[in-house]
Amino acid sequence: MSNQGGVQYSKIAEIKGPLVIVDGVDNAAFDELVEIETTEGERRLGKVLEVGNGKAVVQVFEGTTGLSVSGTNAKFVGKVMEMPVSEQVLGRVFDGLGRAKDGLPEPVADSFLDINGAPMNPEQREYPKDFIQTGVSVIDGMLTLVRGQKLPIFSGSGMSHNILAAQIARQAAIIGTDDSFAVVFAAIGVQYSEAEYFKRSLEESGALKRSVLFLNLADDPAIERIITPRVALTVAEYLAYDLGMHVLVILTDMTNYAEALREISAAREEVPGRKGYPGYLYTDLSTIYERAGRLKGKKGSVTQVPILTMPSDDITHPIPDLTGYITEGQLVLGRDLFRQGVYPPINILMSLSRIMKDGIGEGSTRADHQEISNQNYDAYSRAQEVRALAGIVGKAGLTPVDLNYMNFGDEFEKKFLTQAIDENRTIEETLGLQWNCVSKLPKNELTKVKDKYVDQYYKE
Amino acid sequence: MVAQGKIVWISGPAVKADGMADAKMYETVSVGESKLIGEVIRLTGDVAFIQVYESTSGLKPGEPVVGTGDPLSVFLGPGIIGQIYDGIQRPLKDLAAKSGSFIGRGITTTPVDMTKEYHFNPTVAVGDEIEAGNIIGTVPESSLIEHKILVPPDHQGGKITKIVSEGDYNLDTEIATVEKDGQTSTLMMWHKWPVRQPRPYLKRYDPTVPLLTGQRVIDTFFPLAKGGTGSIPGAFGTGKTVTLHQIAKWADSQVVVYIGCGERGNEMTEVLVEFPELKDPRTGKPLMDRTVLVANTSNMPVAAREASIYTGVTIAEYYRDMGYDVVLVADSTSRWAEALREMSGRLEEMPAEEGYPSYLASRLAEFYERAGRVQAKGSPERDGSVSLVGAVSPSGGDFTEPVTTHTMRFIKTFWALDASLAYSRHYPSINWMNSYSGYLADIAKWWSENISKDWLDIRSQTYGILQREDTLKEIVKLLGPEALPDEEKLILEVARMIKIGILQQNSFDDVDTYCSPEKQFKLMKLQVDFYNKGQQALKDGASLADIRSMNVISLLLKARMDVKDDEMPKLDKIETDMIEQFNSVTGVKVEN
Repeated sequence: MSNQGGVQYSKIAEIKGPLVIVDGVDNAAFDELVEIETTEGERRLGKVLEVGNGKAVVQVFEGTTGLSVSGTNAKFVGKVMEMPVSEQVLGRVFDGLGRAKDGLPEPVADSFLDINGAPMNPEQREYPKDFIQTGVSVIDGMLTLVRGQKLPIFSGSGMSHNILAAQIARQAAIIGTDDSFAVVFAAIGVQYSEAEYFKRSLEESGALKRSVLFLNLADDPAIERIITPRVALTVAEYLAYDLGMHVLVILTDMTNYAEALREISAAREEVPGRKGYPGYLYTDLSTIYERAGRLKGKKGSVTQVPILTMPSDDITHPIPDLTGYITEGQLVLGRDLFRQGVYPPINILMSLSRIMKDGIGEGSTRADHQEISNQNYDAYSRAQEVRALAGIVGKAGLTPVDLNYMNFGDEFEKKFLTQAIDENRTIEETLGLQWNCVSKLPKNELTKVKDKYVDQYYKE
Repeated sequence: MVAQGKIVWISGPAVKADGMADAKMYETVSVGESKLIGEVIRLTGDVAFIQVYESTSGLKPGEPVVGTGDPLSVFLGPGIIGQIYDGIQRPLKDLAAKSGSFIGRGITTTPVDMTKEYHFNPTVAVGDEIEAGNIIGTVPESSLIEHKILVPPDHQGGKITKIVSEGDYNLDTEIATVEKDGQTSTLMMWHKWPVRQPRPYLKRYDPTVPLLTGQRVIDTFFPLAKGGTGSIPGAFGTGKTVTLHQIAKWADSQVVVYIGCGERGNEMTEVLVEFPELKDPRTGKPLMDRTVLVANTSNMPVAAREASIYTGVTIAEYYRDMGYDVVLVADSTSRWAEALREMSGRLEEMPAEEGYPSYLASRLAEFYERAGRVQAKGSPERDGSVSLVGAVSPSGGDFTEPVTTHTMRFIKTFWALDASLAYSRHYPSINWMNSYSGYLADIAKWWSENISKDWLDIRSQTYGILQREDTLKEIVKLLGPEALPDEEKLILEVARMIKIGILQQNSFDDVDTYCSPEKQFKLMKLQVDFYNKGQQALKDGASLADIRSMNVISLLLKARMDVKDDEMPKLDKIETDMIEQFNSVTGVKVEN
């Protein structure tokens, strides 16, 4: 080991999967940033996962392919990993570690921020209650998104989650009356075409200059995925709390993130929890999702729409399961709706927006919003039961009221749920469509709405 | 002699230090240059294994570790009510004042403002003999809580030789001097108590008084007793947190301790925003005046999450010792168990099921055993209780996972949340077939004496209808409802009415959010009456279609929202309407 200007250079003792074990270390700190230099002079980044007794376990973000024990040096940088930030990041494209990828020079930094962030003090949080109009009826009407919320999309392979996320990003960006709106997009191990679709979609709507893109594509190093959401959120927090913008963060696909985490955990020979994922997966995911929110005395907000694909569409798989325990609801895409060609194929019964109630109602959307939404939930759930029953006993075995519910179900899926990829509905239109649906039912079935609203909006 | 060692190894929240031969198990230590707070959890030779309650990012081997000589303890005295603490009793307001919107590290604070003056009113005089647990004075703490100043439970007692007169004193004031066998000791308005050690009491009672929560499916069907234990497991999205908030809001206890253990930050914010505005239904005072919050959200350090449960329950026991009924709500014990698992993994202990340590069951047992209705130590004689309600977040909604199965062994009331009920927006989504309460027989006497002697009978009839429906549903699934005779169709109809009119409860509706025991009983009785009269009407020749078209049904379904607790005559009116309508469908006079 040699010392040069207070910085250490150490030799590698062992290379194991994404980890290198550095020997003869006497001044490294936990979580410290490490530069690995190969014999060819190539530099890679890593961080200290464990340090003590003269050894440090270092996770190499760009993978260990091509590293050798003899020719490689590790340099302990003396600080944790930081992301340079300034207003100039808007409109730029970065790689998964936050380095410029669009051929332009690195933006000039106003400050350098620890990419891990720090936990928000719950006492300093401002409770989210500002309605975001996404123009997507089923979201605005029944699964309302609120500024500062974290609302993931639970999807499955091949379904239209990215199209939906792009539509949300485009339309929410346009509607926002103030120009202090920004989109931060982090691609985590997704295909080139998906990232490109998103980029083009922002470009066409003119929102690209208010966006920041972080791209770790499917063929980029897997371990880099641990860093990508963190640099993205660091930029989002800077834009929100330092520059006062309302930031929408889209993270896709969190399943790839969790898999990278599992890879490191396996290399460290840790005791696994469910399905080989580390026991701390919940805590680790929370350090990403909990970075959504609003703060007292700050103008901006960070709203998160993470996307994950459920392996085999299984919602009880550890990744969606633990995500659902942290996020404030979930938008679940249904395979059967998707097969029927319904867009967006959101299964409302399995979906939920936890803080919707505080973002809607009089003064924000409309006084009957919550109740009409409840009535549609109730009726759709009943319609599904009736459909199942009709599958067994046939339509002839159904009561007249049951048949009303079947009509409701069809109207709901065809007129309310279904909409075009570029269709941007106002909240008034959305609420009107909800009343159209329940108007397929006899008046006395409307037990969830007050009589005065029935009198006002029910269509005979 | 305090231990002074050096860090030799760091991995996340786990740190090893050598030169710690003088350290004691569970002693709190200061770790590193930035003086992070940690706790010794294993000693091997002179190497101490320490769990650190703050982020260890940037910590280096070689930095110092210094013992404090004391186990992890909480401050117990006036000023706790209305606070929001982190897992180791640091007020989040003070942390914000010192480190801004995000939580910094190595910050020391006092749990309450020591300089604030409280109005102390002594209840003992010079010359009085006191012993551990005695009340020596009172302090008004909030509009709802009169704080009793207690002699610490481990005090040796003696004769009061000096006590301050009534007046305003800050918490640094020595308020009394006690002499025993020539030794003098001083008493303050507060003392400290180690969190992992249950506070002693004189004797324990059987739980026979219900803890009323205003939630019909809880109070009427699966009740909890004061001093009892309950658990609420459920997959995400089943409404665990809303149900726990409802219990914390409306439970008829004098003090509520709410622990947000590894859960969402915004949920704690919601409590902070809502509770000061909500009024206690019995006293009309703000709910925050009886509430203590312990918030260690999921992204805050994991070791402090482990401690938060103990911090909370020790505060609860302290108010119990003053003679109050305390409810402690812990959301979620699964996250606490995960914290145990993470530390156990870093200690390289042999794992049991799903990586959890083998002592998971005994830790859960110790925690739930701290519930109870007791006679407190010392005089004057007084009874208090701690009721424990723990949420469980089973992975994948699977109730056979270790935390749920072990918890079920140590609790008596089990509220099983059901994802399919939640998907159909039936809230609270407590499944009435899978839930149970071991307190039903004990508390039936209370209902019989205070509400109606028919309570147990009517409850059994209502539950009977739900059970019959559960069986009939299987037949309907195969053959359709038309295959059933009218008497059985009526069972389905009334079961649906019970589900909508009683079991469902809208916590966001101003009226429905809380339901008095009188209204709970009356609603249930009306449904049972409807059922019995309906069966009679069918025998008397009425058709099911006639019964279904009675408009009293919709009144019954909406009564939970339309009739306020103080408008009980409206329910009598519904009863009269019901009798009239049955009379008209049968053409026969049905006796009331």
